[in-house]
Amino acid sequence: MGEPVIRMRGVRADLGSRPVLRGIDLTVHRGEVVALLGANGSGKSTAVRSVIGQVPVGTGEIELFGTALRRFRDWRRIGYVPQRTTAAGGVPATVTEVVSSGRLSRARFGILRTADHQAVRRALDLVGMADRAKDSVGALSGGQHQRVLIARALASEPELLIMDEPMAGVDLASQEVLARTLREQVASGATVLLVLHELGPLEPLIDRAVVLRDGCVLHDGPPPKAVGQHALPGHDHVHPHATAGTEPSRTGLLS
Amino acid sequence: MDFLNFAFMQRALLAAVLVGITAPAVGIYLVQRRQALMGDGIGHVAMTGVGLGFLLSTSPVWMATAVSVLGSVLMELIRWYGRTRGDIALAMLFYGGMAGGVMFINLAPGGSNANLTSYLFGSLSTVSPSDVVAICLLAAFVVLVTLGLRRQLFAVSQDEEFARVTGLPVRALNLLTAVTAAVTVTVAMRVVGLLLVSALMVVPVAAAQQLGRSFAATFAIAVAIGVIVTTGGTITSYYQDVPPGATIVLLTIAAFIALTALATPLARRRARARDEALGTGEPVECTIPATRDATDEVGV
Repeated sequence: MGEPVIRMRGVRADLGSRPVLRGIDLTVHRGEVVALLGANGSGKSTAVRSVIGQVPVGTGEIELFGTALRRFRDWRRIGYVPQRTTAAGGVPATVTEVVSSGRLSRARFGILRTADHQAVRRALDLVGMADRAKDSVGALSGGQHQRVLIARALASEPELLIMDEPMAGVDLASQEVLARTLREQVASGATVLLVLHELGPLEPLIDRAVVLRDGCVLHDGPPPKAVGQHALPGHDHVHPHATAGTEPSRTGLLS
Repeated sequence: MDFLNFAFMQRALLAAVLVGITAPAVGIYLVQRRQALMGDGIGHVAMTGVGLGFLLSTSPVWMATAVSVLGSVLMELIRWYGRTRGDIALAMLFYGGMAGGVMFINLAPGGSNANLTSYLFGSLSTVSPSDVVAICLLAAFVVLVTLGLRRQLFAVSQDEEFARVTGLPVRALNLLTAVTAAVTVTVAMRVVGLLLVSALMVVPVAAAQQLGRSFAATFAIAVAIGVIVTTGGTITSYYQDVPPGATIVLLTIAAFIALTALATPLARRRARARDEALGTGEPVECTIPATRDATDEVGV
């Protein structure tokens, strides 16, 4: 097993007065693909966002590549895909312009050189968006937005990919492209920590699954096998927090 | 072109062109981060600076710059720390700034609200040579920041959290944006006035969005619109004796309406051309194929 890339020990975090993480221990080793699973509100997103310093941590320690988080400066080694439904901002921007901002961690004074433009181009190739490079992100579908966000993370050629629900709202074709992209990254030695709602098409790639409940680690080991109706391809996905009395949104094909 | 023979018109045109460049150049980042009305807020705060300038008998332009820079930094701090009722704190800052301006100017010896009017609505023909020097220096700073740091400012305004994880100094860049916006407000103060400043920051960008597909193109078009309407408005006001600030803002809105009317059929044609080029043109109506396709089978 490689050296630890992410190390969380006894991490506690509060949002307001509500504890969201109550002592999380999580280690991700080099080359591993770890999925963080759990219900809504279990603390998955907070856990990954605490790893990259976006959530203030109460007690506990976080290390990235063996360096304490507060002293960590080598951000070019990390590719982050935040939980978003859109890559667009308040002003039109092309796919290339958005993906280029992922390269800034490797560019001095924000000046992109030939090698940087090539890296942006490669990242677009990886997610199959090279033919849309000059298009406005406003004209893309949900799955294509997600591919742009992932290309932006890949533009810095990171060793560690951290993704928060990269499959949310993504059509089937894009899901397959994303699974392939991730497989290629893992094959070339990348380490991956990703938050998922369900394993889905990424299941064969996952080395380990960590299941959270109420801010505690419930399970840390091989990914749980889907059972019952969940094992069926394209099963219904019914959210437990759907308003009572309304028809649950059916995302699967078995209705 | 006889207006070019007058020194006051030369100064007015120079100031107008500089405002036409700087206001949309900063405004595009504010629009991108969905803080389009920030310029309006800074304009209100700058009034306290103008009032203080009169009271202390110093240059109102430099005093307004100092106070609006302070105010914009305060707004940025409120955005960081006061997550809950930030809008209330901002409202107090805006109206406090306006009330402060009125108070100070009336405390100044011989001062009254009439002195404020030229700052509220602009007074191009009274731009003095020392005003021009100040406007040139401030505009140079704004252009340097908005062009020199365009990639960093784009990244921060597009997705702040992502920008932080790429290691960009996001807080410093946010402060710089706020300070640059404050400087732009005081640059534009003499031309369109504090109450109309925000229009020149936002409306050219909104108009440019109708045509531009990329950020770079939107930036260039917005600045072009800015320069055209400020010079056009200044020259119109010379011949027609209408207030330049209001003329400029109304011209900008006219440009927005014209470009919107122009852009809708253009966007439709562009989408059709792209579909044809890619060969993926979706049929507009549903057609039911005669035979069943394998993908139609959804059995368990």
